[in-house]
Amino acid sequence: MMGERILSTPIELNEIIRVKVGDVLYVNGIIVTARDAAHKRIIRYCKEGKRLPLNLKGLVIMHAGPIVVHKEGQWVIKSIGPTSSYRMEPYMADVIKITGIRMIIGKGVMGRSTMEACRKYGAIYAIYPGGTAALATKCIVRVIDVKWLDLGIPEALWILEVRMFGPLFVAIDAKGNNFFERRLKRVENNLLTLQKELELIPDTCSISEIIEC
Amino acid sequence: MIKISYPSIEKIERNLVEAIRIAVTVLPEDVRKGLEKALSEERDELSKKMLKAIITNVKVAEEEGIPICQDTGIITYYVKVGTKFPYLSKIYDILRNATIKATKEVPLRPNAVDVITGINSGNNVGINVPHIDVTIASDNNELEVIVFPKGGGSETPSICKVLTPWQGIREVIRTVLNSIARYGINACPPLVIGIGIGGTFEVAARLAKRALLRGVGKRSNNEAIAELEMKILDLVNRLEIGPLGMGGKVTALDVHIEVAHRHPATLAMALCTSCWALRRAVMRVYSDGSIEIAPYTGL
Repeated sequence: MMGERILSTPIELNEIIRVKVGDVLYVNGIIVTARDAAHKRIIRYCKEGKRLPLNLKGLVIMHAGPIVVHKEGQWVIKSIGPTSSYRMEPYMADVIKITGIRMIIGKGVMGRSTMEACRKYGAIYAIYPGGTAALATKCIVRVIDVKWLDLGIPEALWILEVRMFGPLFVAIDAKGNNFFERRLKRVENNLLTLQKELELIPDTCSISEIIEC
Repeated sequence: MIKISYPSIEKIERNLVEAIRIAVTVLPEDVRKGLEKALSEERDELSKKMLKAIITNVKVAEEEGIPICQDTGIITYYVKVGTKFPYLSKIYDILRNATIKATKEVPLRPNAVDVITGINSGNNVGINVPHIDVTIASDNNELEVIVFPKGGGSETPSICKVLTPWQGIREVIRTVLNSIARYGINACPPLVIGIGIGGTFEVAARLAKRALLRGVGKRSNNEAIAELEMKILDLVNRLEIGPLGMGGKVTALDVHIEVAHRHPATLAMALCTSCWALRRAVMRVYSDGSIEIAPYTGL
């Protein structure tokens, strides 16, 4: 059964473990954007014993590279939406562990190591409809701050106040369920059926292995 | 004698910036209709929810001038120019300058990154980008520029390879299905699929991308190719990836195939996928000096 709920940051562990795959969420509070470069740097800072520029505990990381302009001394988000989350898969488990975030927002498939870190540390992965940046932009109240701007505007950590940010569809929950595991299996079976029907040579790679990475 | 006042380079540049703005904020009619048709066909609740969000987003983007997607892509310009166009030697400068201005004014996301240093040029202009494809059209003084920004996420299923002729169209179909099945979910479906067959390695790739310029819902003039387009569309949709990977009937809005004669020893093929946000606009400078800018609904 699909449930709709609103979460406010900082999100507590007992709230996040109640969320299930298939739920639809809206977020109030603070979302921090991060892409490939920021994820790498978070891990490097941890290895080198450096402090992160902000405490992410209980907050939300969004995989996004926004369009931002500086206007009359203020940063303004012109367009923001999710980027493909699979690119962050190699770093995600470490980032969840280091930062204590409770939620990741992105788009597309995330794999097994993220799923396991979500279960171990109490976090979820939710998708925002890909490409729908105009809607997402309207949920941004203001830019609170920006860190690591040296990475470039799309790659920096944008600390954003959001209101009713969503709809977010829960794809990985804190119990270790991954919506895309079932989905990819289904697509794989459909592909096998078509290959048989058309008498095509089967693909040697399994689609589900995308999840394993 | 009628005196024609031909627009200045600055005026053409200014109009081109506006065409870029249209390209990233207004989804062309053919794509919009394709998405609405998808919503009417889709039965799955979750997939319908995704399509509704997409359609609302398109409306809000146009009304408020917000980029449809924050990834305003790398731009390819398809230029058709007459030999008597007065600024023939300046075309590359005009396009690069307009790109820099649009990046600042629209604004666009800076998306041109050095392949070795990883440094972003900051203005969407860099080595060999934006890509400019020029065709000499006729003896007149007219100019047509199609602005085609394409996001990074939808590039992953794209593929280009050279088959041997005995592998045939079957292998083309197999390659397309395998790639869409593996990478389609992350490319923001429903997709529009461009396929190039024949020519050489790069001819097939260019044809595959150019195929995306054809209006969604329009079939090839060649009957056999049109039939193949419909067959592949049906097969891709039977993968049930669905809108944004949530499952359902509509994985692709359309399939377009463009062909070239092949070398006797090769069968080159390419697949170029677009996300649902297939964005394109056009600027035309006519011989009487008037300028038109509009969303580009396809050939």
